[in-house]
Amino acid sequence: MVIVTLNIDGKEVKAKEGMTILEAAKQAGIEIPTLCYDEKLEPYGACRICSVEIEKRGKTQIVASCCYPVEDGLKVKTTSDKIIKIRKIILELLLPLSPTGPILSLAQKYGVEKSRFPSQRTDCILCGLCTRYCAEVKGEKAVTFIGRGADKKIALVPEKAGVCATCRECYNLCPSGKIIDETAV
Amino acid sequence: MKPIRSPEDLERLRKEILAKREPSKPCITVCVSTGCVAQGSIKLVEAFKAELEKQGLTDRVEVKETGCVGFCEQGPRVTIYPQEIYYFKVKPEDVPEIVSKTVLKNEIVERLLYKDPITGKTAQILEEIPFYKYQLRLLLENNAKINPKNIEDYIAIGGYSALAKALFKMTPEQIIEEVKKSNLRGRGGGGFPTGIKWETTRNAPGEPKYVIVNCDQGDPGAFMDRTVMEGNPHSVLEGLIIGAYAIGAHRGFVYVREEYPIAAENISIAIEQAEEYGLLGGNILGSGFSFNVEVYRGAGAFVSGESSALMTAIEGKVGEPRPKYIHTAVKGLWDKPSCLNNTKTWATIPLIILKGAEWFRNIGTKGSSGTMIFSLVGKVNNTGLVEVPMGITLRDLIFKIGGGIRGGKKFKAVQTGGPSGGFIPEQYLDTPVDFDELTKLGSMMGSGGMIVMDEDACMVDMARYFIDFLLDESCGKCVPCREGLRAMSKILNDICEGKGKDGDIEKIEDLAEVMKEASLCALGRTAVNPVLTSLKYFRNEWEEHIKEKKCQAKACKALINYYIDPEKCQACMLCLRECPAGAVIGGKDQVHWIDQKKCVKCGTCYELCRFGAVVKLTGEPIPPPPMGVKPIRKKK
Ligand code: SF4
Ligand code: SF4
Ligand code: SF4
Ligand code: FES
Ligand code: FES
Repeated sequence: MVIVTLNIDGKEVKAKEGMTILEAAKQAGIEIPTLCYDEKLEPYGACRICSVEIEKRGKTQIVASCCYPVEDGLKVKTTSDKIIKIRKIILELLLPLSPTGPILSLAQKYGVEKSRFPSQRTDCILCGLCTRYCAEVKGEKAVTFIGRGADKKIALVPEKAGVCATCRECYNLCPSGKIIDETAV
Repeated sequence: MKPIRSPEDLERLRKEILAKREPSKPCITVCVSTGCVAQGSIKLVEAFKAELEKQGLTDRVEVKETGCVGFCEQGPRVTIYPQEIYYFKVKPEDVPEIVSKTVLKNEIVERLLYKDPITGKTAQILEEIPFYKYQLRLLLENNAKINPKNIEDYIAIGGYSALAKALFKMTPEQIIEEVKKSNLRGRGGGGFPTGIKWETTRNAPGEPKYVIVNCDQGDPGAFMDRTVMEGNPHSVLEGLIIGAYAIGAHRGFVYVREEYPIAAENISIAIEQAEEYGLLGGNILGSGFSFNVEVYRGAGAFVSGESSALMTAIEGKVGEPRPKYIHTAVKGLWDKPSCLNNTKTWATIPLIILKGAEWFRNIGTKGSSGTMIFSLVGKVNNTGLVEVPMGITLRDLIFKIGGGIRGGKKFKAVQTGGPSGGFIPEQYLDTPVDFDELTKLGSMMGSGGMIVMDEDACMVDMARYFIDFLLDESCGKCVPCREGLRAMSKILNDICEGKGKDGDIEKIEDLAEVMKEASLCALGRTAVNPVLTSLKYFRNEWEEHIKEKKCQAKACKALINYYIDPEKCQACMLCLRECPAGAVIGGKDQVHWIDQKKCVKCGTCYELCRFGAVVKLTGEPIPPPPMGVKPIRKKK
């Protein structure tokens, strides 16, 4: 097993090769916010709230820490001004979709009082946690995405309603309450 | 002697093909690429065949269906060999005359020649046409000569000799070295050095390795990949086989967008014929190297151009970009090393192998060598596909090749790189076309789209148009792109509708920063180019829209009013009769005026008035009706 050494927020961190920056940071007690990540699932890279700044051969770059693999000598900043700004704007973009629960508390934590963008409440941020959990862990695909682009939505597959009735494991994963609403009907 | 089992056999076959053909035999080539087909060229082929039959000339004159020469707005295109006379806008009625005059008597049918609208001069050969004079056509050159469905046409002009050279005279390492030395950069947009990409895939651990052709151009009006694939599919295939050998791949894919049926058909036929001739499949040319190719037809989406999205589609999943930071050259199709290059990139390879890296590097600029095919569209006199050496200035492209701005209007901006390219203003027209130079200006080479805009274009409205296009194309996976574009679109539409507010520009800038830095794939990261360059070079227009509710180009409907200048109105009553809203008030001998409350701003009156009396006003109050409320009698 190869161990690499990287630097996160000025701290030397050792990590196994193949780990992501997010996992390495967590191990070292450095917290990075996430919305579409779950350790049981394949990284998805959709919410971008976990963005961090990395420095490699003198060049800086913004990457999603839940997807980016650790490298020896990598320098990572998880709370630079730029990163804070990016997270704030992402939250401003998500608040109109889901103005409660985890999104709201994260927004408050980052000092985002209210969004400058118009409300269009859908209660789903399309993080794909439910769809991936269902497909990857349960092997069921009872909940999937339909449509693409700006029209993308989640939908329950009616034929699989029976599976959901006894499972409900994705409920706790949902950062926006949508999935509970959907199955309640 | 099929299948061919040695380079010597290939040469022998070439000689045989050439011996069968008499160079002096008249040959009529008709373009059957998408553009000309849409203008009726299939009927033209039939008409030529029927006419030859009628005149008993079928054995003496050949009719050949060939590819596109790029000047499609002048189509259907017909070329008569051996003289090489180009006729444009040919109709079936012209066929008898072409056969009896040009083919039989070597006389020119003047009216079918291209005539320069400015000088009035006609041109027989392509090089005499200003549109072609400044081009350097390495990839498109043979499109008018060869039948893409006939491998022997390609072999006759030297096809597959680069492959023979690569397989028998070069090692894979030498090929990669040659491509690296040539400085060839990816023609699909990113401009990544092709040789380095090949080397990465070759050296990446994991077997099997794959090579892929990307023929999925989704930009509106940009069809360079399609044209190369339709007109000369073997050139792409030859490049691909050479690449596969260099990289160590035995299986390849050609990803063709669903909307390109002719391209898909021609490459499929090319693959079949190449297999039959021993140029593809097992033991190619007797070298021991084996390689197979499959055509994959994908539902076109702009984001599919993204390499990881295209690969997930080939794997049979939804075409979304992958979140991995490992390059597809290392982990691509089914997580195996995969080398994806654009159609034009692959088609360039045989030339580099045959003529050498040195030759190629001498064309173009230091940072960008070779030629690039652009799709020149918009408000220029000549539109179409142009292949030019890198380093040509934007000014030459637009004014010499494009023939300047249509209708004598003033140039305002050019967007390079397709829908997510930036707008480049007048003061940078002398910039050479080069990957890095365009990036410096906030635009990009992209896949070679080039849209020219004149003084009538509102740069805020243009930004709105492209953001709306990209919002439609976003795959919707990541938040910065999906929600960022959605928010931007709303703000931009508001501004263009006269509902712009203080703080809108700051919001747009914040969104742009996040999209550019944090989006998952290149679509989201580059989508901000039109907006950012519009803001950078035309900020005053944004401020006028927001603060003064004024659109200086008079393009944003909500910010203009139609008004009849009482001094110019001749009371002809034309607008009054034609106004669909009944908004024009007036009568015989009375100065007309427009009731602003009823006017729906359709512009009919503006288009119709022969006296230029109808004008567009923006950001200024509308003068009251002449002489109070009642229209006055016109003074004689
Ligand atoms: S329903 Fe919840 S878990 Fe599922 S995609 Fe939407 S926000 Fe994510
Ligand atoms: S940037 Fe846009 S197109 Fe690319 S992954 Fe994100 S949403 Fe999809
Ligand atoms: S712009 Fe159209 S609706 Fe308005 S006055 Fe002219 S013709 Fe009538
Ligand atoms: S948690 Fe990393 S992109 Fe969502
Ligand atoms: S399609 Fe015929 S010239 Fe372009």
